[in-house]
Amino acid sequence: MSKLTPVLSAFWDEKDSFTIEGYKRNGGYKAIEKALSMAPDDVIKTVKDSGLRGRGGAGFPTGMKWGFIPQGDNKEHYFVVNADESEPGTCKDTPLLMANPHVLIEGIIIGSYAIRANYAFIYIRGEIAHVVRRVQQAIEDAYKAGYLGKNILGKGFDLELVLHVGAGAYICGEETALLDSLEGFRGQPRLRPPFPAIAGLYARPTVVNNVESVASVPSIINNGIEWFSSMGTEKSKGYTLYSLSGHVKNPGQFEAPLGITLRELIEMAGGMRSGHKLKFWTPGGSSTPLFTDAHLDTPLDYEGVAAAGSMLGTKALQIFDETVCVVRAVLRWTEFYKHESCGKCTPCREGTWWLVQILKDLESGKGEAADLDKLLDLCDNIAGRSFCALADGAASPIISSLKYFREEYLEHLRSGGCPFDPAKSTVFELAGSER
Amino acid sequence: MPLRDDDALIDSIVKRYPRSRSAIMPLLHLAQARDGFVTPESIEVIAEKLSLETAEVSAVATFYTQYKRKPVGEYHVGVCTNTLCAVMGGDAIYESILEHLSIENDEVTSDGKVSVEHIECNAACDYAPVVMVNWEFYDNQTVASAKDLVDACRAGNPPAPTRGPNKLPTWKENSEVLAGINDGRANEGVQAGEPTLLGLKIAKEGGK
Ligand SMILES: Cc1cc2nc3c(=O)[nH]c(=O)nc-3n(C[C@H](O)[C@H](O)[C@H](O)COP(=O)(O)O)c2cc1C
Ligand code: SF4
Ligand code: FES
Repeated sequence: MSKLTPVLSAFWDEKDSFTIEGYKRNGGYKAIEKALSMAPDDVIKTVKDSGLRGRGGAGFPTGMKWGFIPQGDNKEHYFVVNADESEPGTCKDTPLLMANPHVLIEGIIIGSYAIRANYAFIYIRGEIAHVVRRVQQAIEDAYKAGYLGKNILGKGFDLELVLHVGAGAYICGEETALLDSLEGFRGQPRLRPPFPAIAGLYARPTVVNNVESVASVPSIINNGIEWFSSMGTEKSKGYTLYSLSGHVKNPGQFEAPLGITLRELIEMAGGMRSGHKLKFWTPGGSSTPLFTDAHLDTPLDYEGVAAAGSMLGTKALQIFDETVCVVRAVLRWTEFYKHESCGKCTPCREGTWWLVQILKDLESGKGEAADLDKLLDLCDNIAGRSFCALADGAASPIISSLKYFREEYLEHLRSGGCPFDPAKSTVFELAGSER
Repeated sequence: MPLRDDDALIDSIVKRYPRSRSAIMPLLHLAQARDGFVTPESIEVIAEKLSLETAEVSAVATFYTQYKRKPVGEYHVGVCTNTLCAVMGGDAIYESILEHLSIENDEVTSDGKVSVEHIECNAACDYAPVVMVNWEFYDNQTVASAKDLVDACRAGNPPAPTRGPNKLPTWKENSEVLAGINDGRANEGVQAGEPTLLGLKIAKEGGK
């Protein structure tokens, strides 16, 4: 028996899986019939009782988030989907939207109904044109079929859904920066409180949820709480998408119950590329502290990964083998955070700049041993002291790599440069190099 | 048509939103669909339409990397050099195509056909190393395939994207898609590539 549980991905292998016909053939848009016949509060309770937690990184319980929206306040409410997927390593929402945008739309209808929102937005990153097309077409087709617009399914519920395309800023994935961006401003995080549930888009009560969280809702409405919570572990219920990339034989998407281990997933990916062994990996994107081969059997659920010193994040498992220089990898991620820092607060804006300078010196063998502690000291002054979690993410690869690979940093100083041959990490033949 | 004369389209974009200011981003994408980049004139047009100061529109335009302040090529090539793609070959691809085209980062070939930029993780790591052209996916690239790709772009006959429409749109055409205008090509191309389907395939075979 397979340990995998394809639900979202169950019919992605059908050529027209992204069309409304393909989705309906596979049971699509049945969940809204059921949900729109329930009281909105009962929909919220169902999602709450299922144990679904946000798949955008933080794992916040989805039903609880919906329950924070004040009711009877005579204000407009908004339902916003975060499809900005830009955390390095994260590549689950994009293929999901390419293969089946309708499951997201069905989830949006249910979520909007539950929180009494008549306007919803999908904020999608701008660097994936074909996915934008697919989602745009799906929205138009859902309108034509009467699933969006006025009086949906004759149940008296109205919903407008608008696709909003980003323009290349990682920080707009942070939910309050996303809202500023959607309002037509530079995408910079807001001070919280007030939280979006109280003052979100246009200062109105707003839910912001990740694509995968929302797309999971129709299956819960269709199959019930017990079905969903029979999968996963005690506090991390259900199935989820794990994305395996890097130096494995066959990278890809694996939909499995929460709590599966990397050892099991790598086996399904055909093992490491031949002749090589695992060196380090990210459990949930580059903002989550690195793991090593000592963590192969860590259960990949929220609690298991946290107990081992990292975070489940977006379940973006980036796998690096022994040919990869950890200093090179960490420098590149740090350059990313420096580039993507929105500039609003000093520790992050200036701090990431200094981190890059020091790491560059270390990589080229010009630094000194004291720089390692300087890095940690800087991280200490950036993480937790900045305005938003981007800065915490920036510190993660540095702190964790120094914990597991301090010797490798020192080796750069001893040998006056990087002891690794980048050609060996490359997955294709380079002219003039031996593999 | 210059942006200024595109009243009906601009109005339809503004109408999508409960508040007009939210239309800045799609209008900036539309400006690039008209001129290839965000011209000072289109900043003025957008400011007028939304009753904002030009400085307010500029402040937004300069925050986001996809809005260009000078022309890019008809085919804008983005090579992912974030860590995972970089180590798997993205760095080598990036350096070799710049050398091959004799340009620097963010420059355009003299014929105006191709520009190159290094980009961050593009949500396709299971297809690394990844190259984007006009924000369409070219998966699992090598130095050789990327050189062929840019040569074909220069010659005006680029291959179809790996996961995308049957024919590669130009930069301006795709900017219109990003403005939220349906070009009718959503049904073209595959629904998923092999890595996307790997887990499903294993589950169906009942393996491990
Ligand atoms: C710098 C930064 C980038 C983020 N990027 C994303 C993103 O691309 N997609 C996403 O869903 N959440 C992202 N998040 C998390 C969101 O702020 C938010 O927690 C999430 O969208 C909530 O959805 P969920 O409860 O369904 O997980 C990011 C957070 C930070 C700090
Ligand atoms: S921590 Fe960085 S990204 Fe976040 S608000 Fe401050 S400067 Fe901006
Ligand atoms: S690192 Fe290149 S697509 Fe993710």
